[in-house]
Amino acid sequence: MSQVDWNNYACRDFYDELLAAPGKPRASADELCNMLAHFSAEELAERKTAAEIAIRTMGITFTVYSEGAMIDRAWPFDIVPRIIPANEWRKTEAGLKQRVQALNLFIDDLYHDQKVIKDKVLPAEVLAQSANFRPQCVGINPPHGVWAHICGSDLVRGGDGTLYVLEDNLRIPSGVSYMLENRNVTKRVLPELFASGKILPVDDYVAQLYDMLAAMSPRPGDDPQVVVLTPGIYNSAYFEHAYLAQQMGVELVQGSDLLVDDDDVVYMRTVEGLRRVDVIYRRVDDEFLDPEVFNPHSMLGVPGLMRSWRAGKVALANAPGAGVADDKVVYAFVPDIIRYYLDQEPLIPNVPSYLCMFEDDRKYVLDHLDELVVKPANESGGYGMLIGPRSTKETRDEFARLIKANPRNYMAQPTLALSTTPTLANGLPQPRHVDLRPFILSGPETHVTTGGLTRVALVEGSLVVNSSQGGGSKDTWIVETDENAAGAAEQKGA
Amino acid sequence: MLSRVAENLYWMARYIERAEDTARLLSVNSHLMLDLPRHLPLGWAPLIEMTGTLEAFNARHTSFDERNVVHFLCADAQNGSSILSALASARENLRTTRDVVPREIWEEVNQLYLSVADHAENGVSPRRRDAFLKNVIRGCQTLTGLIEGTLSHGPARTFIKLGRQLERADMTTRIVDVRSASLLPQNPEELLPFENLQWMSVLKSLTAYQMYRQQVRLRVRGPDVLRFLLQDPHLPRSIACSLETLGHELQLLPRQDRVAATVSLVRADVVDADIQALAHSPSKLHAFVDELQIGFAAIHDTLSATYFVNADSVPRVTQRQSQSHAGDHDND
Repeated sequence: MSQVDWNNYACRDFYDELLAAPGKPRASADELCNMLAHFSAEELAERKTAAEIAIRTMGITFTVYSEGAMIDRAWPFDIVPRIIPANEWRKTEAGLKQRVQALNLFIDDLYHDQKVIKDKVLPAEVLAQSANFRPQCVGINPPHGVWAHICGSDLVRGGDGTLYVLEDNLRIPSGVSYMLENRNVTKRVLPELFASGKILPVDDYVAQLYDMLAAMSPRPGDDPQVVVLTPGIYNSAYFEHAYLAQQMGVELVQGSDLLVDDDDVVYMRTVEGLRRVDVIYRRVDDEFLDPEVFNPHSMLGVPGLMRSWRAGKVALANAPGAGVADDKVVYAFVPDIIRYYLDQEPLIPNVPSYLCMFEDDRKYVLDHLDELVVKPANESGGYGMLIGPRSTKETRDEFARLIKANPRNYMAQPTLALSTTPTLANGLPQPRHVDLRPFILSGPETHVTTGGLTRVALVEGSLVVNSSQGGGSKDTWIVETDENAAGAAEQKGA
Repeated sequence: MLSRVAENLYWMARYIERAEDTARLLSVNSHLMLDLPRHLPLGWAPLIEMTGTLEAFNARHTSFDERNVVHFLCADAQNGSSILSALASARENLRTTRDVVPREIWEEVNQLYLSVADHAENGVSPRRRDAFLKNVIRGCQTLTGLIEGTLSHGPARTFIKLGRQLERADMTTRIVDVRSASLLPQNPEELLPFENLQWMSVLKSLTAYQMYRQQVRLRVRGPDVLRFLLQDPHLPRSIACSLETLGHELQLLPRQDRVAATVSLVRADVVDADIQALAHSPSKLHAFVDELQIGFAAIHDTLSATYFVNADSVPRVTQRQSQSHAGDHDND
């Protein structure tokens, strides 16, 4: 008995990732939709339970601070994968590489000659008021000229099917471990579909990450000592820090495990004694990295770390100061930045943005607060935002005051008709809004993850996908859709 | 290996061993209570003394009845030595160090903790207790097996074994101490009723009964059991054997001289002990066990000072020195 009837799938109002229209799966999703349509309600529920058990057993968790204590929550996961055809993905991949290449040139320029400002591509006041520009980093030359070695760019799809970049995370983007684990869970839960071999694998990432980090070592030729620096178990992304360290086979260290000696070299405390560290994949924010230079009260960092980095005796990924380019106001200039440094047209568009620092834009934003999404320049995790259509008059007035008081700190975008994808709710697939976070590695070579982390707003109609605010995630499949493979669609539901 | 990681692994192993040994104690005591007449003084109170939690227990309960004691030792999250707390602590210690052990070990610890957290109340119900405790013991043994079978020989394994052996020696002395105090007659000529049965329970709590029969081939008598548990070189849970293993493991670590010397001293104490004298005087035995416990604390303290607390004062490791020097010569 068929329980999932795609004809009843209500995807009319938004672009849906899997179905072109009710009852009409896209070519890339045909096999999956067919298989789900042949599942009984019990079978579907069984697969969902199997996923929950796998997540519990594998200990895939994220940490929430609130609720009085640190709580480890099972990772909210939806079993129905989101699918992107491989030919579309290849174009997206090229666009992401282009974008990150330009951003790295931009950051390097800001810490050196600032030609981008002299040539009036970026207004001087944007840089002057940037919260993430670090004067301590001026003049430093990180290996390969790369500052943002690991970038997580959020992509969203609008009503017309176009993918836009919503923001770039250049400081310490997280989520890649969930991308990898979502695939592991999905392989356990829907093994039938992997048999056809059309789903591109995602597990190159860890090896690429390690190679990139190792290539940054200040002692080339020697076997480099790479470590992952975590703020510790109370950090919401701790699971990921431990996961990546384990997968790469490197030490997971905390600030207290490291010290910088008079020779400006970083050492870690081991049972054998002190051991030199060459490369630090740091998952600690700039401000907490080194109490000698930044926040003097930080217990998470390592006194002297910046001294060692400046002396070229340790490599840091991402480089301190890289966050200057993930300011949401700088974001609006990224298309110009790409044209300026690469002399190319951007391959992936930005979401149209209004900058409150410009008088015309500000007037428009203040007049249309009920239609727009307003974002502060330097928040992440979806905090401090105004979602106009869902706001009260009171919060709109509050935001109007905030914007007038500090226009440089705010930008606004139209409320996007975010695409949806089938997601189980009450036992049946229902359209839920999604975004996508691919990860881009920049070293001697550039690599983009195959797909990325798809985050889904589990609540009907909601646009908030952040796991800290009730979002979930699902596996992302990049699927080859050539004619030869079409016959495999017959093997469904085995 | 990072000092902090070594310390976490060491504690993880101690907590796993503590959970297992506590489950063994509860299991054997439950069986013993079924065999003994009600009027015997022996009850549930000795278990609280054995685990060194008397003060905490008294703060929470007024009587040593079965329900209170078993709940306190199985399921009480406030009691740091309960099975539930020990497994929670093991899990927390491994959580921060899971990157150095095979994933299956983490999954097993996680799974064991979650299943115990879900079913801890079953330990309290006499009908379900046996299955619950067996599950705990089996889970801990599975972990030990996974560690033995999958974790590479190296510092992680060494620190785990150090923790396990020290905790095991410690738990065995506790069992010997408390059980003996109630079992050794003040007058050696006097044979206590059911003495045989109770000494058997001591052996069984350490899964040592059959090994005793094979090795000692005598009826179960106090002095013989005591010698077996303290000095037998072959029984994995005897104190001498635990310390012997501890000493072997230490040889795998750098800078082990001080710790190894401390272990040798304690081990000599055990091996040279006059069992006949101890068996005939509960107060001498108690004093001896105290001495051993102080020795175990000294082993822990030296271990901690050498490997865990602060490695600032120790020499630098010139890592892969020979390799990099070879490289330099090539370049020259």
